[in-house]
Amino acid sequence: MAASETKFHVLAVDDTLIDRKLIEKLLKTSSYQVTAVDSGTKALEFLGLNNNDNQDVEVNLIITDYCMPGMTGYDLLRKIKESSSFKDIPVVIMSSDNIPSRISRCLEDGAEEFFLKPVQLSDVNKLRPHLMKRRMQTNVNKRKAMDEIVSPDRTRARYNELQVK
Amino acid sequence: MDRNRLRNQVASMRRSLFDQGYLDDQFIQLEELQDDTNPNFVEEIVTLFYNDSARLIQNIEQALNSSPIDFCKLDDYMHQFKGSSSSIGAKKVTNECTAFREYCNAENAEGSFQQVKQEYAILKRKLEVYLQTVRQASQTA
Repeated sequence: MAASETKFHVLAVDDTLIDRKLIEKLLKTSSYQVTAVDSGTKALEFLGLNNNDNQDVEVNLIITDYCMPGMTGYDLLRKIKESSSFKDIPVVIMSSDNIPSRISRCLEDGAEEFFLKPVQLSDVNKLRPHLMKRRMQTNVNKRKAMDEIVSPDRTRARYNELQVK
Repeated sequence: MDRNRLRNQVASMRRSLFDQGYLDDQFIQLEELQDDTNPNFVEEIVTLFYNDSARLIQNIEQALNSSPIDFCKLDDYMHQFKGSSSSIGAKKVTNECTAFREYCNAENAEGSFQQVKQEYAILKRKLEVYLQTVRQASQTA
């Protein structure tokens, strides 16, 4: 399994066309696969939260604007974190307004990072550790699951408490 | 040599745009994102900005002409205008938008917005000339 060679897939959400183009280019330049949508509703549709049968799409990170009509980036964050299927996807919020209470609320409610707009390449570089951590964790879980399948009767100690740093 | 002359012109225009505060570092970000896969990236983004701005200016003037003025809507449009000008590195325009939002009230709204419009018109003209010169310089053999 060439997990290390598969590009990370980022879902970008922004209602402004200019900013959507910008974030898309920033992400592509950083070698991410990108899907850009213009609303929280479309983001949820893409993820498949609105129809339970299709979960083919794998999204590794969601980056969303805060100020959007209808569903704000914060609303989207909450919906993701409340979803059993998607709560582990890292979410990053972008905003043109530097409002400390807004920033801390987002971070407290599960956002990994909060970027002030205009977002720059140096910000996008901060995404990789979150993606790598999650991929490594997923791989550890898969290996553990495989262990269970391959030798369910093993009596030697299992490394349940193995922490991946 | 035509090409050198154009190149020098481009460099000097560009320097002037930054020195005089029309553009800031964000514009450099756009230039750095331009590459072989996207050779017209800067022009594309700037064109989107012109389109967006034209729409917003129309909306804002409509809002200003309504009676009473819907300040909520006005602020929303200005927020968008500020956002997009900031995204392309249009420093003076962004600052004018900020000033408008901070100091605008029923009495001075119209006048304040004229300043924003004026600053935008100046930037648009300068950028158009600059990008045209960039195009010419890259096309000259």
